[in-house]
Amino acid sequence: MTPARKKRLALVVLMVAGVSVGVSFALQSLNQNIMFFKTPSEVRAGEAPADRLFRVGGMVVAGSVSRPGDGLTVQFDLTDNEEQVTVKYTGILPDLFREGQGIIANGRLDARGDFVAEEVLAKHDENYMPPELAEMHKAREAQQ
Amino acid sequence: MNRFIMPLVIFALMVGLLGYGLSLDPKKVPSPLIDKAAPAFSLAMLDAPQKQLSTADMMGQVWVLNVWASWCVSCRDEHEVITRLARENLVAVIGLNYKDDPGEAERWLRQFGNPYATSVIDRDGRVGIDWGVYGVPETFVIGADGAIKYKHIGPVTNESLEAEVLPVIRELLS
Amino acid sequence: MIPEIGHLALIIALCVALVQAIVPLAGASLGIQRWVNLAVPSALAQLLFVAISYACLTWAFLAHDFSVLYVAQNSNSELPLIYRISGVWGSHEGSLLLWALVLAGWAGAVAVFTPSVPRVMRARVLGVLGLVCVGFLLFIIITSNPFERLLPAAPEGSDLNPLLQDIGLAIHPPMLYLGYVGFSVAFAFAIAALISGQVDSAWARWARPWTNIAWMFLTLGIALGSWWAYYELGWGGWWFWDPVENASFMPWLIGTALMHSLAITEKRGTFKAWTALLAIFAFALSLLGTFLVRSGVLTSVHAFATDPERGVFILGFLVVVVGGSLALYAWRAPLLKSAAKTELLSRDGALLLNNVFLAVVTAAILLGTLYPIAIDAMGGKISVGPPYFNLMFFALTAPLGVLIGIGMLLRWKSDSIARLRGKLWLPAVLAVVGGFGLSLVQPQWHFAAAAGLVMALWIALTAGLALYDRVRGRALGSALRSTPAGFYGMLLGHVGVAVFIVGVTLTSLYTVERDLRMAPGDTYSVAGYEFTFRGVRQYDIHNYTATRGGFSVRSESGNYNIDLFPEKRIYRVQKMPMTEAAIDAGLTRDLFIALGEPLDSAGTWAVRVYYKPFIRWIWLGALIMGIGGIVAASDRRYRRLVRSRAGDAAANEAAS
Repeated sequence: MTPARKKRLALVVLMVAGVSVGVSFALQSLNQNIMFFKTPSEVRAGEAPADRLFRVGGMVVAGSVSRPGDGLTVQFDLTDNEEQVTVKYTGILPDLFREGQGIIANGRLDARGDFVAEEVLAKHDENYMPPELAEMHKAREAQQ
Repeated sequence: MNRFIMPLVIFALMVGLLGYGLSLDPKKVPSPLIDKAAPAFSLAMLDAPQKQLSTADMMGQVWVLNVWASWCVSCRDEHEVITRLARENLVAVIGLNYKDDPGEAERWLRQFGNPYATSVIDRDGRVGIDWGVYGVPETFVIGADGAIKYKHIGPVTNESLEAEVLPVIRELLS
Repeated sequence: MIPEIGHLALIIALCVALVQAIVPLAGASLGIQRWVNLAVPSALAQLLFVAISYACLTWAFLAHDFSVLYVAQNSNSELPLIYRISGVWGSHEGSLLLWALVLAGWAGAVAVFTPSVPRVMRARVLGVLGLVCVGFLLFIIITSNPFERLLPAAPEGSDLNPLLQDIGLAIHPPMLYLGYVGFSVAFAFAIAALISGQVDSAWARWARPWTNIAWMFLTLGIALGSWWAYYELGWGGWWFWDPVENASFMPWLIGTALMHSLAITEKRGTFKAWTALLAIFAFALSLLGTFLVRSGVLTSVHAFATDPERGVFILGFLVVVVGGSLALYAWRAPLLKSAAKTELLSRDGALLLNNVFLAVVTAAILLGTLYPIAIDAMGGKISVGPPYFNLMFFALTAPLGVLIGIGMLLRWKSDSIARLRGKLWLPAVLAVVGGFGLSLVQPQWHFAAAAGLVMALWIALTAGLALYDRVRGRALGSALRSTPAGFYGMLLGHVGVAVFIVGVTLTSLYTVERDLRMAPGDTYSVAGYEFTFRGVRQYDIHNYTATRGGFSVRSESGNYNIDLFPEKRIYRVQKMPMTEAAIDAGLTRDLFIALGEPLDSAGTWAVRVYYKPFIRWIWLGALIMGIGGIVAASDRRYRRLVRSRAGDAAANEAAS
């Protein structure tokens, strides 16, 4: 091999190595930061991941919103019209949080099986149904 | 085959993915309520609160139930299409005024026009739950036998009216 | 009547666009001069008709013509004038019309401001732009006609989405579109050059100012969007890695790579194929962004009302435009030969590395954005959290920051490590010492703070050194004057990056956020300021009702006092609640108060209080970058070309 070729080969090897390290790094990070979406039924069925953040989506049950204590903690039930999950959240709810509206919450389950939310999202659209939920709902209906 | 073709290949793969993403239309899967008896209700009418309308009253005729609310923005988009459907005079179009304030609802109808034969008040959304409503608007076609024949989620557009709703109604009527 | 004129003008514009697309391209290939000459007048005519159409829609908004469905849906008789003008692009149909107007505007600008570009080349560029116009006009006319009538007319409109009733968001979309669509010019130049086989230094010089200006608009557009999200959504965040944000950020990254790659192609005649590919990608990603935002394949906090039919159309358009371009690229690019070899240790090499990093960052963001669709295909429902994007972005751009400093001082063609070491040790030492020093005076020491400050200082110092190198040993005044604008633009762009890094670093690490329960008279201390809540009052303002909270803020030392009035608004027509934060902005910190919700009947409210250090530097950095872009585009050598006639282009080329 001529020196020029050697140099070129080294460069190619270096680049391939760099790219593969980068890609594996990216995929690993991607996998660590995925948040699964679960419905209240799936959470009740024990399908929620225990050790990591996930999202739960559903409609806020009318009349279920309460503020136990005098802090900023709010508690409400979330339903997919089959099962319910109690959600606890400390902080300020989004503008469009309303009873009967679809919302998504990020968080994890506590020891009692309640969902402790770190973030509550409501879309800026009154007719919002989280599409993930809409589809899950559908898929389940289709199975029945 | 040259390396300059790689971008095209990668792009083609991505288009496949995006096309697949588009096909994931949640509105296409049929509801389990189809061909089952419509859940019964008896509710006060918006325009005559002392009177009640029940599913039994509608037995023997083909009718349409359109779920709407004055707080629902897409209902406004849909309003024109529902008006068109009502003007066809094929079937009675009943509104299910869902989780709404009756005063607001009446103002809404005055403002945009009232296409409905009548609207019934589902203040707490209980009937909506029976009917499997999870978003407003939704539209049901109910046959003379009292069974749900068709369900449309989201606003009915002129296209879906022509392509889906009207054919179902015409077939039921014939 | 006027809306019908608007619709008709749109259809005429489509016909003109067809002529603009087909005739000049055919003429250029067949060598028919008269057909080639049609490019400029047809581009101008097309601009005229799209402008008429746009003016008609604006008129319908101004005149409260609620017999136009789009106006009835997005306006109201109580809507203030400015939001009736901006309401035109407040929803899908009108914003597409704005897209078309901007596109026709860019084509018109190319027609007028490129007398130095050979006629055949210009005809091809305008032809390609015409093709893109055809696609967009068809899209509007077939799926999204903004002039559709609503008969009988609505007595009252259902009002503009309250989120959009804000000055920041009123000007955000036009800026963003000017950027997005501006990349279509670079794209058209690339396609025209691939057709003719002429991807060379002269081509790069024609394409450069257009790319810079488009990039400047996109930079400002993204910054405005971020600023708007900060104060209007009431969350106090400035970037969420939301799919819609990513959709605008990816073209920006590739556009940035393209600017740098064009520099190499112009100076050295290398990386031709790569530059052309980047130009295609920048525009392809703009189109992809449009697709993602409007088709509903991805969920996002601020996606448009979506419609699968529109999604199918845009996807088809994407396939034709991008697929066609990439096929052309696959066919023609092998013919492009580099004029010279590239040494890694040279400015060329540094720019190449810059391109690699930017492309990889873009790929990582694209992966994270599209991954949910891929998982969906396998039957799972996921979303990718911001930590992924943050990690990828910072891991991949950190080396880029180091590279900026080295790259500015590297010589073209080849350089030596010894020379570089001699130059760079001083700024390196100063940056490390200064950065660590500054990180020690922060409220709490973080390694990330030190790293960010070192990086920012490093970039700023090397930029200063690059300027010093340029003027050293010469009379200062004349040396500064003779330095080309392109050089100043480059310095400004990089200094903007440094300012941005300071903002991001300090804001992310030292923000203090408190969600508080406050009754009237309560006082809380946050980050050295005392916030006293004085209660709320109701106000009726034209189309909304406001609950306004009164807060007194005083610094603990007592020498700074200010009153802040955050609002909770209910827009009457749509019954939509909106949080209007009150912000006391400052160069070194923002104080941010937003009302949450009432907690009891005694007037207790949930209140969000933020202390955000140096957050303004984020947008200030973007502004400086944008100014850099425009300064670089104003470089005399582009203007000289504009003034000269076609025949002189080659001579100029040789002279510089």
